[in-house]
Amino acid sequence: MPGYLRKVWAVYAKDVRAELRTKDIFSAMFVFSLLTTLVFAFALPAKLLDPKEVGGIAPGLLWVAYTFSGVLGLNRSFIVEKDKGSLEGLLLAPADRGAIYLGKMLSNLTFMLLVETLITPIFGVLFNYSTFNVWLIPVVLLGTLGFAEIGTIFAAMAINTRAREVLLPVLFFPIMLPVIIAAANATTAVLANRPFDEVLGQLEFMAVFDVIFLVLPILLFELAVEE
Amino acid sequence: MMVRAHKLVKSFGNRPVLRGLDLELRQGDFVTLLGPNGAGKTTLLRILATLARPTSGTVELAGIPLNEAKSSIRGLLGVISHQTFLYEDLNAYENLRFYGKLYEVPNLTARVEEVLNKVGLEQRAIDRVRTYSRGMQQRLSIARAILHNPPILLLDEPDTGLDRQAADMLGGLIRELAIDGQSRTVLMTTHNLERGLAMSDRILILAGGRLAAERSSKSLAPEQLQDFYYDTVSLGGAR
Repeated sequence: MPGYLRKVWAVYAKDVRAELRTKDIFSAMFVFSLLTTLVFAFALPAKLLDPKEVGGIAPGLLWVAYTFSGVLGLNRSFIVEKDKGSLEGLLLAPADRGAIYLGKMLSNLTFMLLVETLITPIFGVLFNYSTFNVWLIPVVLLGTLGFAEIGTIFAAMAINTRAREVLLPVLFFPIMLPVIIAAANATTAVLANRPFDEVLGQLEFMAVFDVIFLVLPILLFELAVEE
Repeated sequence: MMVRAHKLVKSFGNRPVLRGLDLELRQGDFVTLLGPNGAGKTTLLRILATLARPTSGTVELAGIPLNEAKSSIRGLLGVISHQTFLYEDLNAYENLRFYGKLYEVPNLTARVEEVLNKVGLEQRAIDRVRTYSRGMQQRLSIARAILHNPPILLLDEPDTGLDRQAADMLGGLIRELAIDGQSRTVLMTTHNLERGLAMSDRILILAGGRLAAERSSKSLAPEQLQDFYYDTVSLGGAR
């Protein structure tokens, strides 16, 4: 494995190993997404949860649950590094900043996908709405990848500010909005078994967005973490 | 010259912290940097460690300008701070292996065992860092800093939070490791004047954003140091 990828893997494996021991990030994200889902399920008027109506709102609510829990996880992933001073340890290493970014981004992506895998069937049961469709996998993967890519760099920028927990969503959601809208629309189309052409356009949009926001943070991460 | 700073200026907004500081350290120098709170000691070390950018001035480490090849310069440095840079939920062995991979340390397994032996933590290598005392964490932090055998060590108040016994032991360990197998260049900041004098070859006093005084440690008796320090700081701060 080339040196660059070895460092990406080292950062990723370190995050996953620490998380397997503590489950701090995962448990916070999962409980939060579950609570969000429960609030929606019990607070919405019954007529909106009618099988004929629910398909219009459920995908949007599902992405709200994904994104809210995702923000929580992104915040935690850098707070853990900052509070123990280990972020500086990472930055002192002769590793390309892009490799550090990629390792952190991949671990955030892993935690988010894991939570989404668990919460999606629970959401389906609570809303009496089938969330089983194989085409949902690329939609969730591309949407979550974009979320993790942008979220990781913004979390790194916000970590040096006083109001870091508040600042992250304020900075991050306006940029993330196109991907969340595309992902929610694609989810609606997939779960309503609409023609694949409708989904394809959204998938293409998310793929382009993901490529752009994979390259940009790799180049800009040095500035993001600088004092 | 291992460390050279020329006309170094660092300002935070309108507040200058370093005002045209000049510093030169040769290979094998063990230098203690003293100064009151806010004098700019940590800022200087953070600039040398590539964690902060100077407002103006130049810095060279081992002859390489700091603004060029930052990544390879980082490989020349070992940094020990009052923060340990360790992951508390990983054990000592995992922490060192992680940093070893980032520093591309050859024969990593053997090297990790070697540095754990040097700092006397081989018996606790598989215990989580969370279970360590502050002194043990700081010893592991030293192991992390010397893992890649750096020619330059930057120590920012490494004895903060340690009791006297632990701080003395840490001081002895740092001194020993500084001359272990090679002649490392060490720049250390501390508030403990006596320990700084005892450990180093040279004392520098930072005041008013500049180096206000420089003395060989041999030329100062411990009982003279306090007067010398306070006189220098009050004069330097008034400039």
